[in-house]
Amino acid sequence: MQVPAQVEYEKAASVEHALTLLARYGSAARVLAGGHSLIPMMKLRLAQPEVLIDINAITDLCYINLTGAQLRIGTLTRHAQLLDSQLIGEHFAILHDAERVIADPIVRNWGTVGGSLCQADPSEDLSAAFAALKGTMVIHGPDGSREVSAREFHTGPYETVVGPAELLTEITLPIRPGGGSGYQKVSRRTGDWPVGAAGAAIWLSGDVIADAGIGLTAVGATHFAAAEAEEYLRGKIATEETLARAGEIAAENCRPASDQRGPADYKRHLASELTTRALRLAVARARGQAT
Amino acid sequence: MKVTVTVNGSEYSRDVEPRLLLIHLLRDELGLTGSHWGCDTSNCGACVVWLDETPVKSCTVLAVMADGRRVLTVEGLGSGAALDPVQQGFAECHGLQCGFCTPGMMLTARWLLDRSPDPSPAEVREAISGQICRCTGYENIVRAVLWAAKNGGGR
Repeated sequence: MQVPAQVEYEKAASVEHALTLLARYGSAARVLAGGHSLIPMMKLRLAQPEVLIDINAITDLCYINLTGAQLRIGTLTRHAQLLDSQLIGEHFAILHDAERVIADPIVRNWGTVGGSLCQADPSEDLSAAFAALKGTMVIHGPDGSREVSAREFHTGPYETVVGPAELLTEITLPIRPGGGSGYQKVSRRTGDWPVGAAGAAIWLSGDVIADAGIGLTAVGATHFAAAEAEEYLRGKIATEETLARAGEIAAENCRPASDQRGPADYKRHLASELTTRALRLAVARARGQAT
Repeated sequence: MKVTVTVNGSEYSRDVEPRLLLIHLLRDELGLTGSHWGCDTSNCGACVVWLDETPVKSCTVLAVMADGRRVLTVEGLGSGAALDPVQQGFAECHGLQCGFCTPGMMLTARWLLDRSPDPSPAEVREAISGQICRCTGYENIVRAVLWAAKNGGGR
């Protein structure tokens, strides 16, 4: 029987209330959203907060909407809502690809987007997807809100820039012309964490790659991204050869570790192959040749 | 702390520790042992109950998180003598062997049929993909859900 250690519990009614509670308890507290990462960690005593601040009542943080050329996702949005959203499917197919292979339908009903990001597991899927999309994280704190690039959000395994008195409230994704995106993952079994996974976003100007975003997870990529491969692609024609070379560059620049999910050399192989496959899919979607 | 939960239409209040899991509130405090406590790691789905409108794995939800919400367990699926078509389907199609996964499977099936009254076999398999039948009786579970869909289950 797995039982969390004794813990105090506070229910936040609004973002302001959550911030007040966070200011009161500081680093003794953890924010509780879906809890599908935090509660298992608490059962194993890998996390032992003194206070839980439950934000599930803050339904204001549960939204997906379009403002101008920005798609905004509230952090209490459940994984299932992201997967069900037509708006997401229309603009960022990568997020539907990724959500289909995150855990299982029942876990996705309750687990949240913000919770996954703040848990900051080095094998987390959405972190790679948002890195590929070059999203922005909106963080609220006692002195107002600040914005941080998805690429600067994670400071290490299970660590983010969100301070003890702060709350991640929104992810903002820019919608740019000529875009297409895709996500490719290899896992040991359905619903498992990835052995390796890659997400790609491509913005075409004619046949030329105006910009590229590549996210990698579970393979030790800095900030879940493959910046060198993106740099290589910029200004090139999207041919099979350039996409394959970008995959090789992505693999050369990550640092996978051998673990129970697979040896480092296999993960490096996956980084290359899955990056190329994700790029291929992103390009086909940008050209309107794939759904 | 005090939690008030409406389970299968009846309101219950209990004084619980914040660390108490929803599955244990249901089984140990309320005596509703139809929900099964399985892997304890949100993998097996034996503990699936509805929290408001959606099925969740109740081994990974704290009882205090259900405060003020509605819970549906297998005890609330049928109405008195009448079985829910999903339950009837499991009986008709031999959808259970040992029965351990059955309550969770049926609650997910009910949710699926509410959203998709005439699902394909692939949709059924996807819906129950987060739940494990250790008897490996998946084929008959899928048949049971499809039977329910064709016999008044897709409401």
